[in-house]
Amino acid sequence: MENQVLTVTELTLSIKKQLESRFPYVNVQGEITNFKEQASGHLYFTLKDAQSQISGVLFRGNAQSLARMPKNGDQVVVQGELSVYAPRGNYQLIVRQLQYAGVGELLLKLHALKAKLEARGWFDKSRKKPLPTAPKTIGVVTSPTGAVIQDMINVLSRRHAKFHLLLNPVKVQGDGAAQEIALAIDHFNKFKLADVLIVGRGGGSLEDLWAFNEEVVAEAIYRSEIPIISAVGHETDFSIADFVADVRAPTPSAAAEIVMAAAVQHLQYLGQADKRLNQAMLHLLSAYRHRLDTVRRQPILTSPFAILGQASQHLDDLSEELTESMQRAIVTKRLQLAGLQRQLLALDPMVRVQHLKQKLSQLTAHLKSIDPKNLLTKGYSILFRENGSSVIFSPKEVQAGENVRVLVKDGEIKAKVL
Amino acid sequence: MKFEEAYSRLEEILEKMNSGKASLDDSLKLYEEADKLIVNCQKRLSEAEKKIEMMIKNRNGEVVLDEAGNPTVQAFQP
Repeated sequence: MENQVLTVTELTLSIKKQLESRFPYVNVQGEITNFKEQASGHLYFTLKDAQSQISGVLFRGNAQSLARMPKNGDQVVVQGELSVYAPRGNYQLIVRQLQYAGVGELLLKLHALKAKLEARGWFDKSRKKPLPTAPKTIGVVTSPTGAVIQDMINVLSRRHAKFHLLLNPVKVQGDGAAQEIALAIDHFNKFKLADVLIVGRGGGSLEDLWAFNEEVVAEAIYRSEIPIISAVGHETDFSIADFVADVRAPTPSAAAEIVMAAAVQHLQYLGQADKRLNQAMLHLLSAYRHRLDTVRRQPILTSPFAILGQASQHLDDLSEELTESMQRAIVTKRLQLAGLQRQLLALDPMVRVQHLKQKLSQLTAHLKSIDPKNLLTKGYSILFRENGSSVIFSPKEVQAGENVRVLVKDGEIKAKVL
Repeated sequence: MKFEEAYSRLEEILEKMNSGKASLDDSLKLYEEADKLIVNCQKRLSEAEKKIEMMIKNRNGEVVLDEAGNPTVQAFQP
């Protein structure tokens, strides 16, 4: 072997074979330098540390899955295989995956915290608070600059005419961001400044979103008596804040939709109910109007005297009959009364006394007319026996020489029968 | 009254009015009641005044409190 002369190609191919089979898959940590993105979409860079460097390439297919574009100075961990490029006699790393340094560590931390909080029951559905139906004030904890707050205001304005939004401006990434977010949540609670909170930020790398994975934020969300909607990053990003919050919105805009969804739904229902109510009323009124019209067309109502005519005539007849029979009754009664009055008069004692008096005077007159003494006044006389009171009616009753008494008007004459 | 309670009463009223069983007099009363319910609920949903505000913070990121100890706010223009 030592004496054997090799061609360059033979040597290169031998090295290639040795290297590529020896390092088919490696994890390498280093700093990116000489970064270059080709028009083809392939990324070329050098990975270096204090003493050494190695070329690397990330082909377009693998580059597309990157959270963000690498830049010079990034500390990264790459996975891939070693490859020898014969035409230039150099070797390089064909990178399949690139992770920014610290990410692995962060992911570990995230999983550990998630497991810890889950074990505490902080993610339990049972402790999720319902969102208010009609929030008077929507508290927002996010950055005052950028698209997020703008998007939320746009959505709210579009969905609901009236809303009160109170922003507590915070840093959403970098040192102290988590503490500021947690404090903002506490403040909303302490001063009772909102009925619901939206806590979040726009999309970014895991490091950018990291504040929302900090325990201090999770604790503030857990403590909050105000219901919280978390809205961190994009739909695919999940944070600890999302798990602890009462509702997780996929994006900040979605959070704005969610916070007003109930009110919008209620308003829609009420609008419909109002419409239905008015329709029901109109329907009812038209039904009644129709019924009324039908009734009004009845002849009885078109000429009300038609129904009364007959009755009125009957009434007239009855009234006449009544008058007549009353009159008849009165006449009869009057006659009866006269008769009774006459009877009564006849029974009056004074009348009877009068009557008797009259009769008596008649009788007296009559008696007087037949009194024999009356005759004496007219020159007649009556012949009595001398000693007795018997009247002598015939010459045969007396004898000659007998003494008799002659009664005249004013005394007695003593006489003797011859 | 909760929204849900108001709504079930609304449904009840609508059903009665649509059934044609209620007298005109009753229907008018029901209508008035339902109208009040709707207006009331709508009012509760739209009670908020449109305001976009931001809490005032000092350079250290602390909320600035007024004399009464309450946070101060200012209009927010995004």
